[in-house]
Amino acid sequence: MEIRVLGPNGNIGTGFKEESFERGIKLNPHVIACDAGSTDSGAYALGTGIAKPARSAIKRDTRLILLGRDELKVPLIIGSCGTSGSDVAVDWMRDIVIEIAKEENLHFKIALIKADQDKTYLKQKLGEGKIKPLFPEFEYTEETINKSARIVGVMGYEQLNRALSEGADVILAGRATDTSLFAVVPLRMGADPGLTWHMAKTIECGAACAVVPAADSMFVRIRDTEFEVEPLDLDLKVTPLTIAAHTLYENLSPFEIREPEGTIVTENCEYQAKDNRSVIVKGSEFRKETYTIKLEGAELVGYQTVIIGGIRDPYIIKQLDSLFKLADAYFGEKVPKMFPGLKKDDFSIHFRVYGKNGVMGPMEPLKDQVGHEVGLLITITAQSQELATEISKFVAHISAHLPIPEWEGIISTIAYPFSPPEIEKGPVYRFNVNHVVEPDDPFEMFRFSYEEV
Amino acid sequence: MTTLGELAKVVRSKNAGPFIMTIDIMFPSKEIYDKVITTGFFTTKLFSDLYNIKSDLIKIYYYDIAHTIKISMPRPFFQGDICDGDNYAGQQYGPLVLINIPI
Repeated sequence: MEIRVLGPNGNIGTGFKEESFERGIKLNPHVIACDAGSTDSGAYALGTGIAKPARSAIKRDTRLILLGRDELKVPLIIGSCGTSGSDVAVDWMRDIVIEIAKEENLHFKIALIKADQDKTYLKQKLGEGKIKPLFPEFEYTEETINKSARIVGVMGYEQLNRALSEGADVILAGRATDTSLFAVVPLRMGADPGLTWHMAKTIECGAACAVVPAADSMFVRIRDTEFEVEPLDLDLKVTPLTIAAHTLYENLSPFEIREPEGTIVTENCEYQAKDNRSVIVKGSEFRKETYTIKLEGAELVGYQTVIIGGIRDPYIIKQLDSLFKLADAYFGEKVPKMFPGLKKDDFSIHFRVYGKNGVMGPMEPLKDQVGHEVGLLITITAQSQELATEISKFVAHISAHLPIPEWEGIISTIAYPFSPPEIEKGPVYRFNVNHVVEPDDPFEMFRFSYEEV
Repeated sequence: MTTLGELAKVVRSKNAGPFIMTIDIMFPSKEIYDKVITTGFFTTKLFSDLYNIKSDLIKIYYYDIAHTIKISMPRPFFQGDICDGDNYAGQQYGPLVLINIPI
């Protein structure tokens, strides 16, 4: 038995090489799968429903993939559409696919699988004790659910499998595990679960596991007791080390990777070079666990306006901590007086000093080794953009003249490169859940719809 | 004494989801990897002191097959929070590069 999987790219819209993908099509894969999502760039995509890559870049990649699929008529699975995999992002991706189908005169059956979560359902599950925390643990409450702008469930094999059983040619899935996109067809065809899930983990980032790492296409062959990985760009290669090392990337542990259906265990794997550019993996295992669906939720923190500046005076630089403490106390008292009705907790003013501990904050071990100049980022967060900017105007003016005891008379404490110094940054969201749901049925959290194009 | 930056093939940090950051220290050979491990230098206490995080929340994995020491710990701030200065946790390995390893 040999089952072949083509992964055009680690993330749709990052631009794979046409030749690589075409080479993959000629190798006759049983499925083409591609991830379109990520939590890595922050909660903004989930909070707003707006995709991270440019629409035109996504359309370029998707067009090539749809044309390739049309030659072979094999399933195409795109998961976590529009970065967040929220319902609006799936609809947005659907419109791109329909647009391409019309332009290229392509015909297929689309499945849309929606993953937004109903708040009443989640509260009921919370009441039943069916929502469990992951590491690092924190509380999840009805209040957190209420505050969430959007919550998605992360689907896996079961949901994609159902869409394929119901005749889908092209699946546009909401939030899904990266691995399930690549694993579903081989598992349906009877491939070994350990090898299949590990293979999926290996190619979900595209040619990120290649030498040199690239945003490009990968190809795998799963056989009875092994899988073989090959980058489709002939100038790239993978080695036993790069493939083994890929289980490290963005994972808590290199030995165990949790999926909705169970855990991929790589502890007993062997990695061998097949030739000078492809690798064979053996010994991957899959341990079944209680069926769970992970939640991802985003809540609005507020709206931000930022001020960028710099400081060069050595006297000021040596007392930054006390100076900002002073500023903080002053603003805490004065801002509510300047903006009637505003309470102390309705806004925040945050000073970040580059050249001191701008990157690591309180974790910085060398915060006392400061250079001859520092960069300053002041972030003002409030419940509306208008308010954030109004407070910023006040903060920018006062901060520009913060006094130090060494100098007499008024001084200019901060160098501002822009006029006006404040820049509106828009809404800011944060992730607020790190939990899994134990559903009664794998389908109760997801909604399926189909259309013929 | 040699710095970790000189010994390692790569030292890198990254999010493992929005709540955890993970550091990979990959060595160019099994020999160097074994030598470094034998020093007993990498302990949860070291990372606890360096990153100001409780040591029982820090996990260290020895991934022999890729000559890699992996350290995972909770992020000090959730990704994207007002106080978070590194959305991808991509520069949090900084303090490790010039650290001296007793070999």
